[in-house]
Parts: sequence; C-alpha cells; structure tokens
Amino acid sequence: MGLDIRLPIGLMFVLMGPILVVTGALEGTPLNVQAGSCIALFGLIMLGLARWARNSASSSR
Amino acid sequence: MHALRVDLQPVDWLLIGIYFAFVLGIGFALKKHMHSAEDFLSSGAGLPTWVCGLAFLSANLGALEVMGMAGNGYKYGLFTAHLYWLGAIPAMVFVGLFMMPFYYGSKARSVPEFLKMRFDEKTRGLNALSFAVLTVLMSGINMYAMALVFEVMLGWSMHTSIVCSALVVLAYTSLGGLTSSIYNEVLQFFLIVFGFAPLSFVALQAVGGWTGLQTRFAERPGMLHLWRNAVHAADNPMHIEVAGLTMGLGFVLGFGYWCTDFLVIQRALASKDMLAAQRTPLIAAVPKMLFPFLVILPGIVAAALALPLPDQNYDFTLPLMMKSYYPSGMLGVGLAALLASFMSGMAGNVTAFNTVCVYDIYQAYLRPQASDAELLRMGRLTTFGGILLSIGAAYVVMQFNSLMDYMQLLFSFFNAPIFATFLLGMFWPRATGHGAFFGLLAGIFAGLFHHLLHHTGTLVYGTDMAAAFYGAIASWTTCAVVTVVVSWSTAPLPPTRLVGLVYQLTPQAPASGAWYARPTTAAAVVGACVAGLNWAFF
Repeated sequence: MGLDIRLPIGLMFVLMGPILVVTGALEGTPLNVQAGSCIALFGLIMLGLARWARNSASSSR
Repeated sequence: MHALRVDLQPVDWLLIGIYFAFVLGIGFALKKHMHSAEDFLSSGAGLPTWVCGLAFLSANLGALEVMGMAGNGYKYGLFTAHLYWLGAIPAMVFVGLFMMPFYYGSKARSVPEFLKMRFDEKTRGLNALSFAVLTVLMSGINMYAMALVFEVMLGWSMHTSIVCSALVVLAYTSLGGLTSSIYNEVLQFFLIVFGFAPLSFVALQAVGGWTGLQTRFAERPGMLHLWRNAVHAADNPMHIEVAGLTMGLGFVLGFGYWCTDFLVIQRALASKDMLAAQRTPLIAAVPKMLFPFLVILPGIVAAALALPLPDQNYDFTLPLMMKSYYPSGMLGVGLAALLASFMSGMAGNVTAFNTVCVYDIYQAYLRPQASDAELLRMGRLTTFGGILLSIGAAYVVMQFNSLMDYMQLLFSFFNAPIFATFLLGMFWPRATGHGAFFGLLAGIFAGLFHHLLHHTGTLVYGTDMAAAFYGAIASWTTCAVVTVVVSWSTAPLPPTRLVGLVYQLTPQAPASGAWYARPTTAAAVVGACVAGLNWAFF
C-alpha cells in the first residue's frame, strides 16, 4: 500500500521514549526512565526493520 | 471534583499530542492510495501477515479489553481470564484452521456475502442488518468509554469528549479507509502494550508480588484460580458453574465472536493469500494469550488492595490504578494508550459497518449497477453515517453500569445464533436458505426473550455475566434446532452449488511447505501454550 507501518511506529516511539527518559531524569521518577528507555529501544528496532526491508526490496529489483 | 481527576502536566499533553499527530498522519499518508471502493473498503487484499494478525487482535482491543477487563479483574479476579484462555484462543485456532479456507477461498468481500453464497439473499440481508446494528452499538461503547475517561480524569464534558473522539476517528477512517484503520490498529496495539505493561509491573510490586496476592486473597481463593472453584456456581466470583462456562462462553460466545464477527474476519480477508489469511488469527492468538497479565492483573491488584472505586463503578478500575501509580510522563502515555484502545475499537467497528452497508445493503438491494466511484463515495458517506449513529449509541450505553455485561449481552443476541448458522452451513450440506434464515431470526428473538425474562426477574442468575452466557446458549440452541427442522422440511441445495462452501463437498488441498511453517503446527503450539496457562492457574 506504499507505506511501511514500521516507519511511523518507529518514529513515534523514538520521539516518545527520550521525552519520558528526560522527564524521569529531571523529576527523579525511575518508572519514566525505565519505560522511556524500553519505548525508545523498541522505536529504534522498528526503524531498523523498516530500513532493512526497504534495502532488501531495492536490492532485489 | 471527581476522585479520579488528574492534573496533567505539559509533558503529558505533549505525549498525547504526538500520538494524535501520528494517527492522523497515517490517514493523510494513505489518502492518495484510495483509488477504488476495493481500496477503501477491502484494503485491496494485500497487507503483510503480521499487520493483519495484530489488527485482528487490535480491532477487538476496544473498551472491552482495557476498562472492561480491568473492571472484571476487580469484580471476578483471575476468573476473568476465562474470557481469553477459554473464550478466545480455542476459537481463534478453529477459525484459522477450518473456517478461513472457506471465507478466503470463496472470495466473499464480507461475512454476509458468504452467507448469500452458501444460503440465499434473505439470510445475507438479515445478517447484514443485525451486524450493522451490533457494530454501531459496539462503536458507541468505545465512544462512551472514552468520554467517561475524559470526564472523570480531565473534567471535560461528556458531550465535548464524544464529539472530539468522533471527529478524530472520522478523519482517519474517511481519509484512508480500512487500510488506515488497520495500520492505526497496529500502532495502537504497541502503544497499548507500552502504556499498560508498566502498570501491571508496578501494581504487582505494590502488592508484594504473586505471593502477596495469594496472602491477601486467602479468604477468597476463587479470585486467583480458573477451574478449582468452577464446579459449583456459589464457589466462584462469577457465580457460574463449569457447564455454563464451557458451553456458554467457551463454545457459543467465544466461537460466535471470533469465527463469525466480520469486524475481525475483515482483517484476515485483507491478507495477501490463503496461507496468510489462515495465519492471521494464529498470530493474533499469541499476544492475546498474554493480555490477561496486561489488563486483568491491575484490576486484581486493585481488588487485593481494596481500593475504593468512585461511584462503585468497576469501569473506573484502570483510571484509578493509573492515577495511583503513574507519575507525570507515564500518565500521558497511559492516557494515550487508553485513547488508542477506544479509537481502535471504534474505528474497527465503523470500517466493518461501512463495508457491510455498501456491499451488502446498498449494492445488494438499492443500486446493483452502482459504479466503483459511486461505491467509493458511499463508503465515505456511510463512514460518516456510522459515526453519527455511534454517537447516538454512546448515549444508550450510559444507562449500563458495566461495559462488559452490556457487551456480552449484545453478543448473546447477535453472535451466538449466527455461529449456529455458520457451523451448520459449513459442515452440514443439508442446511438450506430457509432453514438458515428462520433459524437466525428465531435465535435472535430467543436471546431477546431470555433477556426479557432475566430483566423482569422470571429467570434469576448470580451475575449479569452468567445471564449473558445462558442467554447465548438459549439463542444458539434455538437457532440450531429451527435451522435443522426447517432445512429438513425444505428442498435441499444441489451439491454442485456448495463446492468450496461446505467442508465435506470441498476437496482438501494437501499440506505443503515445511512442517514448521504450516498453520497446523502453529495451532498446536498455541493450543499447548493455552493448555499450559490453564494448568498453571488451575
């Protein structure tokens, strides 16, 4: 359909994760830091998968 | 001020704003790909399997899965997990292995259209109408739940919240149709997981882990077991005994929903091929198995800690837990996850509603010669109409004090009888169109009549949930009996017409591919896992 859904998912979590980590660090709330780190890591994984899929598709053409 | 009112900080609003920006952005990104009615209503049948699998699960992740289940965790304890491990997973395996080949292989665009192929036009019409009513009512639940959260947590008026949520869903579903709804469901799925998993974690820590829970429930052991207290209704918190539970929930309601509800079947039909369509519910079954730990556990902990629920309303369990344990930041993510669940539930119902209205009502009865452009226009119009009707339904739902009871009641009217129609239609060649139509009609009325008897106090059950399970058994049985009797009294359909629609008359394709990639292998693994969970929490 012309849109790899992993891209917006990855971008959204990569944006949300660091915001949570910074908030947690500033306010001393470990839950924000831990959850934010997991969210950011997940976002990076999704972006990596989207990039890998795009590279595979272009090399097979 | 309401006891659940929270004071959101700028960071919470920022996180919620990011979520809304991406939801609408996906709709805008897909708008340029909507060229035909098929693109808009059926997604062009070419989405990746994992996307369809997560959407299959997420379309069902509405208010039921979060606020309703957390509330049930508080009310019924771990017994609520029966709704997953008994009422969902076996049915998801069954639909993947046995029913999807007929749905996908028949090339039907909707479940009512399959009924037309198997039976006749009037059976399709009846199912299309009853399904349209069901989707509108279900969409209303999600809208109401969202408005309730906004009202009690943020102080917004119900009316403002309902209009706002309707506008957002209208925007992204009318822009990108089914694909936009499915893609957003996948995004919302991950947000729901990350929004609620930390809550389960901190809540369990707060109560002293599983051992702490066992200590607190020492006087009420039924709250932490699935089967040990299911023999007698009086011994378990749901007040239902094992026969009603397995037949009502495990068979009729579970299979009725997961095997015949077009809302979820539509996600599998958007797959790229038959194998992918079969894998869709099996993929969905894996995260589905784990959802009790995400949504029921916080409710059980709230009950263990005896947290007082505002207005004695069980639906406030999850907002209460979020307010109690989430700091600013995670509160924004948690609220965004709540909004995600409501919107995915609402959008899923609206996209199923517009497909059925366009293909099974408008094109079938009103304009059989309609051009593709006209159908596309109607798709957008019915999306708007569906949301307007959902707003009306949201005001009806306000009269019920538990979302879950209301939903099970609806399923007992609509999903339970249609499962009998499908079971007989797919596995009994003698079933006829007249039999299916009158059976379905009788089943729906039997469900309504049973509810009337319960409502007036003629039939008494321990809980509304137990009443819904028995209502489902009544409507399923009535539908099955009437279908069989009427079918025997009417002329049979020629066997040649039923090839590809009835199991016994359809040549079975030999298993192909590596053994580990076959749907049967995945089904066996899922079955073993769910059996293990039942054993572990016996």
